[in-house]
Amino acid sequence: MKLHEYQAKAVLAKYGVPVPRGRVATTPDEAAAIASELGGKVVVKAQAHTGGRGKGGGVKLANSADEAKQAASEIIGMQLVTHQTGPAGLPVHSVLVEEQLDIDRELYLSVIIDNSSGMPVVIASAAGGMDIEEVAANTPEQIHQARVDPTVGFQGFQARALAFATGLDGDLLRPATALMTGLVNAFEGSDGSLAEINPVVVTKDGKLLAADAKFNIDDNADFRQKDLFEQRDRSQEDDREVEAQDAGLGNYVKLDGDIGCLVNGAGLAMATMDAIMFQGGAPANFLDIGTANNPEAVVTALRIIGADPDVKAVLVNIFGGLARTDIIAEGVVEAKKQGLINQPTVVRLAGTNVEAGNKILDESGIELIRADGFAEAAQKAVQAAG
Amino acid sequence: MGVLLDENTRLVIQGMGAAGAREARTCLDFGTNVVAGVTPGRGGQEIEGVPIRNTVQQAVDEFDANVSLIFVPAPFAADAILEAADAGIPTAICITEGIPVRDMVAVKRYLRGGNTRLIGPNCPGVITPMAQSRAGIMPVDVYMPGNVGVISRSGTLVYETVDQLTRLGIGQSSSVGVGGDPIIGTSQREALELFEADDETAAVVLIGEIGGTAEQEAADYVRQMSKPVVAFIAGATAPPGRRMGHAGAIIAGKAGTAEAKKLALADAGAAIAQSPSEIGSTMQRLLQERGLV
Repeated sequence: MKLHEYQAKAVLAKYGVPVPRGRVATTPDEAAAIASELGGKVVVKAQAHTGGRGKGGGVKLANSADEAKQAASEIIGMQLVTHQTGPAGLPVHSVLVEEQLDIDRELYLSVIIDNSSGMPVVIASAAGGMDIEEVAANTPEQIHQARVDPTVGFQGFQARALAFATGLDGDLLRPATALMTGLVNAFEGSDGSLAEINPVVVTKDGKLLAADAKFNIDDNADFRQKDLFEQRDRSQEDDREVEAQDAGLGNYVKLDGDIGCLVNGAGLAMATMDAIMFQGGAPANFLDIGTANNPEAVVTALRIIGADPDVKAVLVNIFGGLARTDIIAEGVVEAKKQGLINQPTVVRLAGTNVEAGNKILDESGIELIRADGFAEAAQKAVQAAG
Repeated sequence: MGVLLDENTRLVIQGMGAAGAREARTCLDFGTNVVAGVTPGRGGQEIEGVPIRNTVQQAVDEFDANVSLIFVPAPFAADAILEAADAGIPTAICITEGIPVRDMVAVKRYLRGGNTRLIGPNCPGVITPMAQSRAGIMPVDVYMPGNVGVISRSGTLVYETVDQLTRLGIGQSSSVGVGGDPIIGTSQREALELFEADDETAAVVLIGEIGGTAEQEAADYVRQMSKPVVAFIAGATAPPGRRMGHAGAIIAGKAGTAEAKKLALADAGAAIAQSPSEIGSTMQRLLQERGLV
């Protein structure tokens, strides 16, 4: 789950990371009031789950309360389009109004999970305010890392090494190590999957602040991070993806093609998309229904797929393990009976209870295109989509 | 004979709830020696004819259990893995999906240098058909004994692969699901090492996925192997940056793409199946070329 910048900064502040003075506003009047409190000179930032907000017109400088009000009225309510959002953009319902900073230099700091070592890793660079992946690709010597061993946690010597490597010495050393330690503690304490401060700003009067913040929370930790998950902003997510999640359906991702896919297992779902492309077609979605062992979940999944205007054919590809193909078959028959999928539908069942599953389909009297193997299923779906 | 499971396997199942009990039944029917189940508070009872104990230690002391199969729900799964390790179980296989990453960071660190090998989590488990030994959730009908080892990050895609092999008359020595999570106990490379050392195994299928660099690390080892490897990478057509079900499958940077992984594996000498429906036939061709069938 992603947090908005203002939510991320609240988490960081709780762990002692210094952030600029400011608050979130949902109306232009509120923005003006906050700007007055801050002395007038502020930055007004759209709160939306995307990078590149400035280029998309979502970040504006204001030098008075009136200007802040004007900026907020332009930003609140906009559909923010950036290189990350796609042409539809994301709705903006609030702005973060913050003091302007007198910037001396900008650095980069983040914590992610390193899969190979199985530990969080702190990444620091003196090249702040830029796309870190480009920095890593072009000037890898500017990337500095430290692993956080869970038995002892992030150590002082590690923070000092990162600080010295990024030029945060002298009077900046202690604030730098404190900021890094705060970031790691926030990451650990919030079950973070990514915590990024880009940039960390050194102000002309020698202060260190988290000028921007991105914070993603591990979805698997929802049971113990209830406060954070209550802050989830569903308006920033695709409606169909939200519906699928609410129905407990593994994972749904909307794609550009015209073949709706219902598959069990993430690997098989990806391979099914690959097989469709291999046959010259394109998938309309990724959907792993997981071990949805009740027909209702299958019906819900097919309702979501069937309602997608892009979908011209549906491919159900199930290899039952924990999931039972007879239950999937019941769901497919029920969805067809309810008229939820009017598109031609290819069904391929294999694995657990496959005889029972195929019998249910055979006896339903419902028109389905049946396939035995993987390639055959993909080929028939591509044909059916025309 | 095969890897991780053989005729000496004495399986304990942690978490004998509905799924655990159902899979215990399938394991027993397949011929697996399921010696005990562990569900705290239900010690002394029997489920599916399997004696239940309160702790893994009791199952080890009383029944000499040497492999654990874990179905414990995600919030408590890390605790269950650590309990198996603490009881000295050499092989712990965790099926559970959705364990928080922070828990797995601690588990992985605790297991380092110890005597317990973890398979998974978020995996279909392990099966050695010749020994009729199954510690997992895979449908047993698609497997047949033979000499091809199978390694996969994905569950259902491995069933698909094995089904293709079996239909072509190619049996399996063992099948190992290493798991789809970002942090797993046994990497694809380590699973390859197990099959390289196994006398029954003549060749290996490696089913990888987009995201991370585990396939590149496996490729480094493929180069040193005496046995031929067929590889398939799922997710060639997935859009970058989106999470495709497996948390491990977020493409981060170019190393995570299917293309980069296929290149690394092909460069190391693996035969690449381009389409998922060609994994079996690619292995068949390879075995014929090498005179292994």
